[in-house]
Amino acid sequence: MADVAIRATNLVKKFRDFVAVDHLSFEVKKGEIFGFLGPNGAGKTTTIRMLCTLSSPTEGSATVAGFDVAHQGDKVREHIGLVSEKMIMYDRLTAYENLRLFGELYNIPRKALRERIDELLKVVNMEKWADHQIGTFSTGMKQRINVIRALLNEPEILFLDEPTLGLDPQSTNEIRDFARSINDDAGTTIILTTHAMAEADMLCDRISIVDYGKIVALDTPSNLKKVIIGADTNVIELDVPNITPTLVSDIQSLSCTQTVTVEDETHIKVHASGDESCDNVIDAVRSGAGQIRSIHNVEPTLEDVFLYLTGHEVREQVADKVTTKEPSSRHGPRVQSRIR
Amino acid sequence: MGVRSGIRHALWIAWKDLLDISRNRMGLVMLILMPLFMMGMVGYIFPSNSGMSNVPVALVNLDAAQGNASLSTKFVAQLNALNNKTGMMDLSTVGSATDVKSNIQNGQQSAGIIIGSNFTSDLKTGKQADVTLVLDQSNPQTASLIETQLTQAIEQMGTQTATYGLNQTYKTPLNYSLAQVAPYNVQTTGIVPGQTTNYFEFVAPGIMGMVVMMSLMTGLPHAISFEREVGTLDGMLAAPVHRMSILGGKVIAQTTRGMMQGIIVLALSIVLFGVVVQGSIALILGILLLGVFSLVGLGVLITSFTSTEETATMIMMTLTFPMMFLSGVFFPISQMPQFMQVIAQFLPLTYTISALRQVVVLGVGVPAISRDIVILFGFGIVLLSAALVAFEHAMKR
Repeated sequence: MADVAIRATNLVKKFRDFVAVDHLSFEVKKGEIFGFLGPNGAGKTTTIRMLCTLSSPTEGSATVAGFDVAHQGDKVREHIGLVSEKMIMYDRLTAYENLRLFGELYNIPRKALRERIDELLKVVNMEKWADHQIGTFSTGMKQRINVIRALLNEPEILFLDEPTLGLDPQSTNEIRDFARSINDDAGTTIILTTHAMAEADMLCDRISIVDYGKIVALDTPSNLKKVIIGADTNVIELDVPNITPTLVSDIQSLSCTQTVTVEDETHIKVHASGDESCDNVIDAVRSGAGQIRSIHNVEPTLEDVFLYLTGHEVREQVADKVTTKEPSSRHGPRVQSRIR
Repeated sequence: MGVRSGIRHALWIAWKDLLDISRNRMGLVMLILMPLFMMGMVGYIFPSNSGMSNVPVALVNLDAAQGNASLSTKFVAQLNALNNKTGMMDLSTVGSATDVKSNIQNGQQSAGIIIGSNFTSDLKTGKQADVTLVLDQSNPQTASLIETQLTQAIEQMGTQTATYGLNQTYKTPLNYSLAQVAPYNVQTTGIVPGQTTNYFEFVAPGIMGMVVMMSLMTGLPHAISFEREVGTLDGMLAAPVHRMSILGGKVIAQTTRGMMQGIIVLALSIVLFGVVVQGSIALILGILLLGVFSLVGLGVLITSFTSTEETATMIMMTLTFPMMFLSGVFFPISQMPQFMQVIAQFLPLTYTISALRQVVVLGVGVPAISRDIVILFGFGIVLLSAALVAFEHAMKR
């Protein structure tokens, strides 16, 4: 029991008829970086909100740092830090004033608080900017302050909800490195939600893939990738300069084909099963007058895992490019962001 | 979490909000300008009783008798003498009765006085002389005011003339003659001696109450919904801070802002508009605070039921607008139709303003307004209890 940071049992959150989180059960070990991976609207943020006591579960229960979210909210709040999708900072206050405000809200003694703020500012190289208003900062700078704000109370569990959303590559890397170092140095358990597969792959010890409010798979990144290989699925990437819709539907109609994704103007990615799958795909392209410039089996990424498990793409904006054997049944309209 | 840390959290949150307000320069300017505009607008739009001065009036003397024998020249001189004292009219002599009409029609003059052609002869043969007042029907309010004022002036002149005539004819002393001509001496006095009624004094307490109310009613939902929308509220909710501390902090900040505006209105009415405060300033501020207390609940209630700042502001506007007119800010409630008077009784602002008015204008103390105080407390407690339940629920959505 002592090594469990979070335990969720049959968590359900409904907004009227819409089920955002559908009977989630999982455990997060202490010191782990645990990822929630899934498209927008999969229920990741809603789950985080329930664990942070910002939203009460419709059904089920959860303990965070050993305290029940429904009945010991105050205790839970003392032990967590939250970096949510939206920045929790006041633009007209300086970095220092923001940090001091939240420090006071966590009842940190004044002197200790001042030291803690100075120390954290130094860690993220922002000590020069302490007395500047947040509103004048770039998004990357804001996010650095935002992350250290969540660390003021030295939380046991840090929730990072899409922490790199909208950041430039450099800031993204900084935040990722920082997350990793917090986990390494302080042993802080981190719950990370993201729809960036690479980020989850890079940071997480274990990942739960969520779709439509359900956990589709939960394992280490490497084990998750093995799911594909174990299931005898090949991920074949073809470089075809003259892709036509007929060609795509030809490949699709093969019995071995699971999904076909047109990646860009010249690349097609095919998930197919069986020993002859490679031959079959090549034949299909050739008979459709397609010219194959190159073909190779690729190391499955988490995106492939997601595709394999759910039958649709993670990034919704490219979902229309995906053609699956069965039209993926959408569970009614996706509710944009979270209804509160 | 003790009460003390709860209060400390509330103060920190209030500090944050006030710091935020103080760093918003444009907002700060508006904070001062808004009451100034309000006062100015209301003060200058509505005619105040003592404010009738230099009304342009056309005068035409059609009296047949002119020169020394003319009594109308005397009348005109008397009118001028009276006018010099009061400065009520801006008299200009015109040629004919048609001129009077056309001048009023084209807006040069607001009223006219026509001295009849038989003025002197009628008076000399023991008849009443004719003086006609021409009024501008397109502006009934001004017309009726001018009518009253001019009639009074002319009556006063008549009394003077009669008294003088009595004195000349029967050699009775002037005082006695006056008592014969005008036996009743009507005097008007307010509760506060030496004060005439001044519309500003009626309106100033109302505006004070209203400004504080508006500030709170728009500020509170804004403060909470806005934070909810941009996500900063989550930061406080995910910290070990009691919901009541968050609410308390917001209320403290918005009340401070509202009170500041109230004080600005009070200062402006004293300095710029000559309002004399009869009662104690401390009591006025106390009533304002109580007024705030009575309405805080409503603000919180609406914030709890709306999820976006936009809708919250819209609902607030819909509620505050009728409140402004029904609570007797501009017009006395007793002048409203019966139905509206009933509605007014359900608005906390009605009692705030009535209490404020009594203290500012009449200089009463706590006992005289105890009924208002009790009612305001009642409103406050009922609304706030309902609001706290709703707020607690709303924060959990």
